[in-house]
Amino acid sequence: MNTKLETIEFNLYYGDFHALKDISVKIPEKRVTALIGPSGSGKSTFLRTFNRMNDLISGVRTHGDVLIDNVDLFKIDPVALRQNIGMVFQKPNPFPKSIFENVAYGPRVTGLRDHKKLEEIVESSLRSAALWDEVKDDLAKSGLALSGGQQQRLCIARALAVQPTVILMDEPAASLDPIATQKIEDLIHTLSENYTIVIVTHNMQQAGRVSDYTAFFYTDDTRTGRLVEFDETKIIFTNPADKRTEDYITGRFG
Amino acid sequence: MKEKSGRMIADQTVKYILFISAILSIIIVLAIAYFIFRESIQAWKEIGFTNIILKSVWRPGQDQYGILAMIVGSIAVTIGAIVLGVPLALGTAIFLGEIAPKGVQALLRPAVQLLAGIPSVVYGLFGMVVLVPIIRRINVPGNSGYGLLAASIVLAVMILPTITSIAEDAIRAVPDSYRSGSLALGATKWQTITKVVLPAGRSGIIAGIILGVGRALGETMAMIMVIGNSVKFPKPLTANPLTFYLSKARTLTGNIAVEISYATGIHESALFATGVVLFALIIIVNASARWFIKRQSSIPTTRQ
Ligand SMILES: Nc1ncnc2c1ncn2[C@@H]1O[C@H](COP(=O)(O)OP(=O)(O)O)[C@@H](O)[C@H]1O
Ligand SMILES: [Mg+2]
Repeated sequence: MNTKLETIEFNLYYGDFHALKDISVKIPEKRVTALIGPSGSGKSTFLRTFNRMNDLISGVRTHGDVLIDNVDLFKIDPVALRQNIGMVFQKPNPFPKSIFENVAYGPRVTGLRDHKKLEEIVESSLRSAALWDEVKDDLAKSGLALSGGQQQRLCIARALAVQPTVILMDEPAASLDPIATQKIEDLIHTLSENYTIVIVTHNMQQAGRVSDYTAFFYTDDTRTGRLVEFDETKIIFTNPADKRTEDYITGRFG
Repeated sequence: MKEKSGRMIADQTVKYILFISAILSIIIVLAIAYFIFRESIQAWKEIGFTNIILKSVWRPGQDQYGILAMIVGSIAVTIGAIVLGVPLALGTAIFLGEIAPKGVQALLRPAVQLLAGIPSVVYGLFGMVVLVPIIRRINVPGNSGYGLLAASIVLAVMILPTITSIAEDAIRAVPDSYRSGSLALGATKWQTITKVVLPAGRSGIIAGIILGVGRALGETMAMIMVIGNSVKFPKPLTANPLTFYLSKARTLTGNIAVEISYATGIHESALFATGVVLFALIIIVNASARWFIKRQSSIPTTRQ
């Protein structure tokens, strides 16, 4: 199996604070990888490394390598990189624009003007995000007028419209009700056929349901985040190598 | 128990005082409006509404009191100030809100705010001593340097702090989640500003511009000093329509301020009618600003 993303001895500092220490991991292509672990263990920080959103935070320093398709990720222009690596945030954040304009936004900023093409992309992205049937008659409606779950699928459609190969999701269902969560999970499963997905989740059942691989992050009194264990999800959940992983997972399942 | 009731009485008293102050300011506004209107009644009756509003000959000696030239003067100078001032103000607001590092902000923001504290007469002096001589060099027959252009430039600087600070507030009120959403899609910082941040803050920005318009319409002293105060209808000096802005003019405010000290009878009443027209214009402008501000704050955000 191909490795899509890889980090080698990756470290990240917020100013003087050592937030991630020596993270080495290989994230397989076209699979779902879940990042789990207690709050503050650096999952979101690690996720933002891949689309270089950490670059926007002042005082962030890193060392160690991050590769995408075996290419040094820090040598790629962040704007180009983010077109290849989409991101879905914890709280749905559609723009205060129409549904159509939300999805067309990415292609437009990359210079696509042809309205016919844009319409095609909007439709196919909304279909891929399992939202098309619910909104196809009302694409001019504001994205903010949708329900929370629909907004999150709109954000997924918006990310897909740029034709990325990787989608990063930071607790994408954290603010959603169980039915909306179910839809997002089904969608993640479908999307994993074509995309490499990395998802942060607090919900162990969710990690178990949606992911093929799981990375367990942990932090101690130093607050520095470390990767304790990375393996196939079924191994992490049934036969983890590290005691801390086992304790966390059994604790979370209660 | 005793302590508590003492505090409750204090609380009640404060509420009462605040209520009285609020009522008082309403009464003052109404009183001013009433007074100006009362003094203008004679003019409306004897000269007639349309003769005042739609005629452009102002000759108090011959009982001609058309203020159309001044209405046009006020509007032209306001448009000029907006055209020159808004891009500058918006640029400054974007720079302060989105681009400038903290240290630069800490220098620039007070500097812009300081512009609001400079007395109007100082702007007028600056216009007379610096701008008018420069504009006079534009080689067009009849150009004295005094006129709509000098007035527009002075006014553009005067409305800069109002528009800048309101627009910056509107820009800052745009949730960060919109910015990260845009950047994560591969938009550049500039695209994020122009395609997401400014549209999302649009209502507040427009409100700022409209408040700037209100300020521009009301400005008096600096206008008197640089606009030339001609009662003639402003016209282009040559075939080139742009030379309209080299024409001298007079604003509604200037009309009142220049003549009120010696006006009597119907002439005085006509000046009050000028004030009523100005009052009405400013009420319309402020009401529309309020409408935009209300729209801005009712925009739902995804913050839950
Ligand atoms: N912008 C930031 N500046 C400084 N410290 C931060 C910032 N973001 C996160 N941190 C710190 O980094 C650590 C990891 O945070 P985060 O990646 O959000 O963890 P998680 O997603 O696992 O809860 C925490 O201790 C957090 O306080
Ligand atoms: Mg997190």
